[in-house]
Amino acid sequence: MNDAMIRLEHVSKTFPGSATDAVSDLSFEVPEGEILVLVGPSGCGKTTTLKMINRIIEPSSGVIWVAGVNAIETQPHELRRQIGYVIQQTGLFPHRTIAQNIATVPKLLGWERPRISARVEELIDLVGLDSDMANRYPGELSGGQQQRVGVARGLAADPPVLLMDEPFGAVDPIVRTRLQLELLDLQARVRKTIVFVTHDIDEAIQLGDRVAILNVGGVLEQIGTPEDILRVPANDFVAEFLGTDRGLKRLSLIKIHTVDLDPGPVVAPGTSLEEARAAAARYDVDWVGVGSPGRLDGWLHLAEVESAGQVTAADLRPFRSRINTSATLKEALDAIISTRAKVAAVFDGDHYLGMLTAERISAEITQ
Amino acid sequence: MILAQLEGQPLVRWDWIADHLDDIWVATKEHLVLTGIALGVGLILSVALSMVAIRFRRTYTPITWITGILYTIPSLALFSILVPITGLTVLTAEIGLVSYTLLILIRNIVAGIDGVDPAIKEAAIGMGYTPRRVLLQVEVPLALPVIIAGLRIASVTTIGLVTVAALIGKGGLGFFILQGLRRFFTTEIVVGAVMSVALAVAIDVLLVVAQRALTPWARAKATV
Ligand SMILES: Nc1ncnc2c1ncn2[C@@H]1O[C@H](COP(=O)(O)OP(=O)(O)OP(=O)(O)O)[C@@H](O)[C@H]1O
Ligand SMILES: [Mg+2]
Repeated sequence: MNDAMIRLEHVSKTFPGSATDAVSDLSFEVPEGEILVLVGPSGCGKTTTLKMINRIIEPSSGVIWVAGVNAIETQPHELRRQIGYVIQQTGLFPHRTIAQNIATVPKLLGWERPRISARVEELIDLVGLDSDMANRYPGELSGGQQQRVGVARGLAADPPVLLMDEPFGAVDPIVRTRLQLELLDLQARVRKTIVFVTHDIDEAIQLGDRVAILNVGGVLEQIGTPEDILRVPANDFVAEFLGTDRGLKRLSLIKIHTVDLDPGPVVAPGTSLEEARAAAARYDVDWVGVGSPGRLDGWLHLAEVESAGQVTAADLRPFRSRINTSATLKEALDAIISTRAKVAAVFDGDHYLGMLTAERISAEITQ
Repeated sequence: MILAQLEGQPLVRWDWIADHLDDIWVATKEHLVLTGIALGVGLILSVALSMVAIRFRRTYTPITWITGILYTIPSLALFSILVPITGLTVLTAEIGLVSYTLLILIRNIVAGIDGVDPAIKEAAIGMGYTPRRVLLQVEVPLALPVIIAGLRIASVTTIGLVTVAALIGKGGLGFFILQGLRRFFTTEIVVGAVMSVALAVAIDVLLVVAQRALTPWARAKATV
């Protein structure tokens, strides 16, 4: 009836004895293969929403469709075996080894032993764990490793849907960033439909194909791509939740290769002083880059060109603000403001592509 | 007068022990059987009552209240009350012995299962475990250290109480202690006491070994 993998229709939840709704009249859908991130302040009903999808919590009203089936009409434990579930506290079984933990759902589904062990091996590898960890207990692993096991366990039976509740909330920022990148990498390969809960807006922007911003009481304030939400916040609540560095956050979403680059004040060796002066003037800088099409070898102060009478290929200063075309505008801006040259030189490998200036970047997000 | 009688003899007469090895062995076996039955029946009853208490929370207080009363009745008094009803039988002894295990075991079973991390239960449910599976495959195994701790206390208590049951003629090694006191014969008292302590230690060691075998994960965690 609907090609969305998950679909909530006017879902509300009021806990018994509570005067206010935990979730009120929430509707959204998640197309197959998309990551939807639910984000919002503490107590806004993110976890409640997630748990209604696998029926750990029953909605007070509304309908939830999972893979075209009305969740309420399915046996809860049957439904849950089709849905991977990963939580912050990991919930790993301390009395089972890593391999046994990962095998949990395949075993429930009655897979044959050889198939289970092959799958476990595959997953241990997929989430970047050492195969010799298979026979250890969760208590012997670091927090980050336990989270990887949690993800592997969630994926074990290859469910079409994965629910993740602040899965990286309990690990330190460095591990967290790595796990986020790994999840994106993993998702590129397994293409699950994922609902991911976090209260960290940066994590939401980083991971979400779309982001749903919830307010207290489970009110949906805005849903859309991170880019759209950052560009046009629906209201003050969203704008405030996104923070005052909204522009910078948008920059972190835009890859350099998606924007037009300036050729920059680049001249060939042997260029006359006049032409070098003109090139520098066009960019309002006191230096010139030295190179040829597709090459940028370094740069010279105009004063150096003046004393030599023309642009020379010797004694070039290296560009410290070199940046790869796969980086983001945020990284480019960082390169620009942390070097004297006030530009970022963009390369694809050794191939020079052009330059980015702060003005150019600013134009990109205000256009 | 007692002292005078005691002074004349050594604390332990090895020749008496050598002559009575068979009797000691029989009494030890009886002691073990009485203890084993009490613990087995106590455990079965406790598991059943704990399941009721966990399923219907409101029953937990009355259950601990009643088993608590049983636990506080002096053993001598309990046996004396029972004798007119059930006579000088094994049943009388066991009713008493079992009642003393209940409070300890139920408390430990319930505390053990309550102590299981809610996140682990939630994950189990979230992955499609039925409530029965959660209980048998998650809660009980994780509660085992606490449950076995209860069993250890209950077994030591029971071994001690079996000696008291000698008063109604079903006391295993307690028979020697009683007899020794009646006849002012220290050897018998020592045999009864030492052997029951040895039994208590042996069963405790056995339970510790069982726990280690059943919960290898708990050890793995401790070494980190
Ligand atoms: N089992 C429950 N019984 C009663 N109230 C509950 C229950 N679970 C959650 N609530 C209430 O519902 C509201 C939403 O809770 P929920 O856990 O979904 O928030 P959350 O967005 O996940 O918050 P956090 O970021 O802190 O995890 C809160 O006010 C919470 O107190
Ligand atoms: Mg939550």
